[in-house]
Amino acid sequence: MKKAIIIIPAYNEEKNIADVINGIKNVIPDADILVINDGGEDQTEEIVRELGAHVISLPYNMGYGAALQTGFKFALKKGYEYAVQIDADGQHDPEDIPKLLDEVFNNRADVIIGSRFLGKGNYRASFIRKIGMLFFARLTSLIIGKKITDPTSGYQGINKHGLQFYAGDYYPVDFPDADVIIMLDRAGLKIKEIPVTMYPGVQGKSMHSGLKPVYYIFKMFLSIFVVLLRKAEI
Amino acid sequence: MPIRQKIFALIAAIALCIFIVEMVRRKKLREEYSWLWLLTSFGVIVLAVWYDLLVFITEIIGATLPTTTLFVFALLFLLLIALHYSVKISSLTDQVRKLAQKIAILQSELDEQKEKSRNHESTK
Repeated sequence: MKKAIIIIPAYNEEKNIADVINGIKNVIPDADILVINDGGEDQTEEIVRELGAHVISLPYNMGYGAALQTGFKFALKKGYEYAVQIDADGQHDPEDIPKLLDEVFNNRADVIIGSRFLGKGNYRASFIRKIGMLFFARLTSLIIGKKITDPTSGYQGINKHGLQFYAGDYYPVDFPDADVIIMLDRAGLKIKEIPVTMYPGVQGKSMHSGLKPVYYIFKMFLSIFVVLLRKAEI
Repeated sequence: MPIRQKIFALIAAIALCIFIVEMVRRKKLREEYSWLWLLTSFGVIVLAVWYDLLVFITEIIGATLPTTTLFVFALLFLLLIALHYSVKISSLTDQVRKLAQKIAILQSELDEQKEKSRNHESTK
């Protein structure tokens, strides 16, 4: 078995985190699980410790991207060559982890994106959000010349090259999105999508819900634009 | 320029100069930030003493009144300072992020070590 780590960024997820960790253990009993507690004030950290998973607590709420990146940095420091990132709110079905790992183990790409739109359609979102996601998915596909259906997916399998890129300065602190996919492509990394099962956030808010749509669209346009302005070899 | 205006401008500029140097001396303001402010007070002194220069600049930029020129440049200057701060804040935010991530990782490793040595002790 190759050395892989499961990275879960969590912000006040005491209600869901145990289910997610147990779900992962059901699929991979000896998995190395790392939870990044993103400055939350609830019992997330204690619950994770009790379940025997590794936990890193950030000193203040740094944002989804910064929390994930802490996980990537830790993974590299500890010599892991493969990682899976999965959300703490129960959106992602742990059953898909072996599929994601299989893809990176066999070097089919540097970053494997678990797409909610390639698989069976049990993911529901508001109409406007769907339109937005579809638009940026199309735009990304157009720019990198490869079909991407779900650039916002937080369910990914990553190899060492992907980890190194994600641990770098260009990784966004808030929500990694289409701009990161384009950056990956421009940095010469290979991306592949596979179908995964995704549910609407089980309990509490999902990490994306606080995002104001207008700001989101503006930010995405701006970051895609500046990514295109940068030199290809980041 | 009326003599009162001139005296007021000179006093204000010199006071600003002294204030900035004093702040730098007391280590309240870093040298790298002081030069912009010193440059401003110097500019005010030059313009107060050399009124014709102000009139000349007014003509160049197409303003009617010398006061307009002063306001325009004051605004531009404040804008630049604000921009400079935005850039600085962005890089500070970045540095803080890296520090926080590093500390969090080190802390978790430390906790793990402690846990290990505690388990080691108890099995002895």
